[in-house]
Amino acid sequence: MGTIRKRPLEGTSLRLTLCAGLVGLILLTAVFAPLLTPWDPYAQDMSAALQAPSAAHLLGTDAYGRDVLSRVIVGARTSVFSSLTLVAVICAGGSFLGVLCGWLGGRADAVIMRLSDLFLAFPGMVFAIAVAGLIGGGMVNAVIALAAISWPKYTRLARGQTLAVKSAPYVTAAVMANNTALQIIFRHILPNIAGPLLVTAALDIGTMMMELAGLSFLNLGAQPPTAEWGSMMSKGRSMIQTSPWVVLGPGIAIFLTVLAFNLLGDALRDYLDPKRRGARAE
Amino acid sequence: MRRYILHRLVQLVPILLGVTLLTFAMMRLASGDAVDALYENLGAAVSQEVLDAKRAELGLDQPFFVQYFTWLWGVVRGDMGVSYVSGQRVFETFAAKLPNTLLLTVSSVLLTAAVSIPLGILSAVRHNRAADYVIRFLSFIGNSLPNFFVSLLLLLVFAVKLEWLPVISTGGGMSGLLLPTLTLTIAMAAKYTRQVRSTVLEELEKEYVTGARARGVRESVILYASVLKASMLTILTLLALSVGSLLGGTAIVESIFLFDGVGKLAVDAITMRDYPIIQAYVMWMAIIYVLVNLCTDLLYRRLDPRVRLGEEG
Repeated sequence: MGTIRKRPLEGTSLRLTLCAGLVGLILLTAVFAPLLTPWDPYAQDMSAALQAPSAAHLLGTDAYGRDVLSRVIVGARTSVFSSLTLVAVICAGGSFLGVLCGWLGGRADAVIMRLSDLFLAFPGMVFAIAVAGLIGGGMVNAVIALAAISWPKYTRLARGQTLAVKSAPYVTAAVMANNTALQIIFRHILPNIAGPLLVTAALDIGTMMMELAGLSFLNLGAQPPTAEWGSMMSKGRSMIQTSPWVVLGPGIAIFLTVLAFNLLGDALRDYLDPKRRGARAE
Repeated sequence: MRRYILHRLVQLVPILLGVTLLTFAMMRLASGDAVDALYENLGAAVSQEVLDAKRAELGLDQPFFVQYFTWLWGVVRGDMGVSYVSGQRVFETFAAKLPNTLLLTVSSVLLTAAVSIPLGILSAVRHNRAADYVIRFLSFIGNSLPNFFVSLLLLLVFAVKLEWLPVISTGGGMSGLLLPTLTLTIAMAAKYTRQVRSTVLEELEKEYVTGARARGVRESVILYASVLKASMLTILTLLALSVGSLLGGTAIVESIFLFDGVGKLAVDAITMRDYPIIQAYVMWMAIIYVLVNLCTDLLYRRLDPRVRLGEEG
């Protein structure tokens, strides 16, 4: 990493810093959400139901008179943390499996690869919807459902990368120096294949956030009264004709958050691979 | 050729066994089964005996593998069972709604291709100029919009503010199809335009392009006669691959627009724990997905004779 850091142009690292700052701001909002809300996000006040945005309620109020802005702020916690957990789990778990496959080869490799073929041969979201629906609602179950279908991407990538570095002289040297397999994996292989895995993970956060919110929107994720962007929009959709702000508040919040994470992923990719500066977006 | 197709169809079998077994296992692991859900929705308090009798009637008291093989044997004979909720045959219910979903899928894919391919090419040709920046900016925005938000925005604009279209789709007719198609297209086109752009860009960087330019071949000839022809292969493959994410996406979009397709049917079935419908949905989607991928490979072969299908997998 030390030598790579010097290489990219000013522009790319500036962009990365800006994007990281933006994402940092969102993370801070999520962490300190309870301190930032102007109103109690769960306090119902039927006399103030469905008020249009005003100075008191900047984003208006929902059908139970709850302040939409406060709920959007608290919802950042649910959405951001669950997406980060999800991506961390599939990236770590999937990559570990992939490295093992690449390192060990043989029967374990064959079995795990066929299993990942099975998952890749199937439209993921269809399965996630079925799984989330069947194991029951709740954010944890939605995360489990998406994790169950999304790991193979990382396994594939990590396996390929491992195979590529396996024959490198430094790995051979490590083997000859009598290091254990785990030592080699953690000290030599993982640091060298981390780049592409991290970029994939960073670009995945936004997608996963949208899919989690999608599940919540179908009532298969967060359950009421939990403030979560997808489920807030789901509740608001029947009132879209009269009170569109109930939908627009959380909708714009998802959009901006996903946008910030996508920008960060994009910047990170360009930063780690200067050749691809803006040229080959996937 | 025929052997290849047969081989691919045989590969479908373990995939189908895998996904149906997994869904089946999920159902058993779930808390609260179909019978609970059924009576909960009726709002009636019933005794344990009634619940047990209903479970026995539906075969839910049988051991896991007995249930699975009973179901599987039925499927092999072309009998996908009966919906727990409506009591109608699953296959007929499904077959009645599948055309709507397929229509939605096909229209979205076509519209996506019609929008993305020209935009992607334009963006690549005008690399790092104004048009490229605008297109990239728009596709970035589109990529960050969840499809349920897009559908609600479209509803808000076209149905509520402008009153051009009905709020509720009826399934048939052009006006009912328009908003769901637009929603799916926006999400897909955003992603796909970037893919087309990068494919064409990559092709433009190849040496034969430099060679052709050096020989004074006109830029338009290079683009249309060589570059696009060579990129079309990747472009079509990527389009076919996106059908997978589309199939999942239709479920949400269909429920929002109350579009009468299999996606909405499945979402409704999940809330009611209508197992046979969910099984059928998962199975059919897997079949369609695998068939689309197969067709892509065959098309690939037609377009590029160098591709030897038999050598894959």
